[in-house]
Amino acid sequence: MGEKRKKKDRLCTVLMLIFFSILAILIILPIYTIFLASFKPGGDLLQYGLNLGIDWKRMSLDNYVLLFTGQHNYWRWFFNSILLTVITVVATLLVSAFVGYGFAAYEFKGKNAMFVVVLLILSVPLEVIMLPLYKQMTNWGLMDSYIAIILPFVAHASTIFFFRQYLLGLPKSLMEAGRIDGATEYGIFFRLIMPIMKPAFAAMAILNGMNAWNNYLWPLLVIRSSEKYTLTLGLNTLINPYGDNYSLLVVGSFFSIIPIFILFVCFQQYFIEGMTAGAVKE
Amino acid sequence: MKKLFYSQKLAPYVFILPFVLTVIFFWAVPIANGVLLSFQDVLQDKWVGLDNYKRLLSDKIFLKALANSTRYMIGTLVLLIPFPMFFATLLNSKLMKKPGFFKSIYFLPALTSVVVAGTIFRLMFGEMETSLANQVIGMFGLGPIKWLKNDLTGYFALLLLACWRWTGVNILYFLAGLQSISTDLYEAASIDGANKWQQFTRISLPLLKPTTVYVLTISIYAGLAMFNESYMLWKGNNSPQNIGLTIVGYLYRQGIEKRAMGYACAVGLVLLVIVMIVNMIQLAATGTFKKEER
Repeated sequence: MGEKRKKKDRLCTVLMLIFFSILAILIILPIYTIFLASFKPGGDLLQYGLNLGIDWKRMSLDNYVLLFTGQHNYWRWFFNSILLTVITVVATLLVSAFVGYGFAAYEFKGKNAMFVVVLLILSVPLEVIMLPLYKQMTNWGLMDSYIAIILPFVAHASTIFFFRQYLLGLPKSLMEAGRIDGATEYGIFFRLIMPIMKPAFAAMAILNGMNAWNNYLWPLLVIRSSEKYTLTLGLNTLINPYGDNYSLLVVGSFFSIIPIFILFVCFQQYFIEGMTAGAVKE
Repeated sequence: MKKLFYSQKLAPYVFILPFVLTVIFFWAVPIANGVLLSFQDVLQDKWVGLDNYKRLLSDKIFLKALANSTRYMIGTLVLLIPFPMFFATLLNSKLMKKPGFFKSIYFLPALTSVVVAGTIFRLMFGEMETSLANQVIGMFGLGPIKWLKNDLTGYFALLLLACWRWTGVNILYFLAGLQSISTDLYEAASIDGANKWQQFTRISLPLLKPTTVYVLTISIYAGLAMFNESYMLWKGNNSPQNIGLTIVGYLYRQGIEKRAMGYACAVGLVLLVIVMIVNMIQLAATGTFKKEER
């Protein structure tokens, strides 16, 4: 019986490996097509679309030469995106952890009501408030500034929620010990609590960083001047096929995946933790 | 004053202050303004009462957008919940080798921005004979199709884009849920003679419920509020016969492109109400409100 069982198990393993390998190939396929296209002349894209064809005679590194030495704004957009992502992540993490600690560590009047508001905001699509918020930012003279992109979301509901969950398990004795040592309430947070939140910070840094790097609609509304464009906004200006646009679009699109891909390879565990944080019940 | 600031009584309020300010200035005020604006004709600067809402009900293009968003939401629910759940169950099986490797590969599309992903899919579904999609159907002897100019094929491309980006993420959600289930349960069940299918329906499925409800909630929300994917796939907000127009796309068209802010705000509030109602129904139907089930 044991022999037969083993054979059956092995067959199962092989079938599953085949199945998941096919799925993996299908999932990589679109990325592979754009990788191939980054070696083809930009005009080919317009004429032939994306496909798996390889014609060695037509392939070259021209697009990469254009990317690294050509006259265009790609690197400005790239730098803007990095800047915006870093500021967003640092500000969001700091403020949201501060608030999350408030919810987790204290009992106070109005706490439950306020926490319901956190949950409520979690289920309201940003798009609903987008236009009035846009109008408000115009009135406040914040249009075309990164402040308008960052400020409304630094106290970020889902990030607060995550930190609160993370800190709920915190021993109250830690806070008491801090008080006995003469630390202020805020000193306790900054000196004692923040250092032990590192794993939570890592997970949220990656989630928020990914969202900031790929953010599109809100920056599209807020940013006016082209020297402030982020990578997503800039790449989108290339979809009209003038001049070298398509060459830059295809190589630039492929290249924009690389920084986040490197981060992913290095910090995979945190990506997964950050993404799945809300899915498993508290 | 300084003493009060540092007191244990006031400190919690200082801690949550940034959130309170955010709620007031970036949620409550905009929503209130949105409500006020929705009763106005901003272009002519006058109050029109419920006219914007009345107009919405008979606005064929809005109804089309509503139908498109609903159809997209339902499509993603059908494709992006059962399949990832099934894949996660297989990946979680003891017989599977190297699940971590596959998990990472399936996650890759989520790393691409919607601008890049949309551009890739637009060009893969190009109407020329040599685009990937037409090459594939060409292998079965079917002629080239203008994918993004027909209603159903456009919907198909849009759903495929959604599946490509989110299958891996949803697999991760379900894997996280499955891994929180004790293996003892499966062992006990298998001693009692339960087969794999019974183990799945009697143990995994009920215990995955919190995860399923979570994925369902965010899918409904994201499906109804979808904009970027269609905006990128159709290279802007104007698809042929509005086959790719969504509720948020219509809000964008009215509010930003046509500057009819009042009408657009009415669209936004209708979306808010729809999302709330659908989620309430969903949460009530899945029993999340019932306390005794925890």
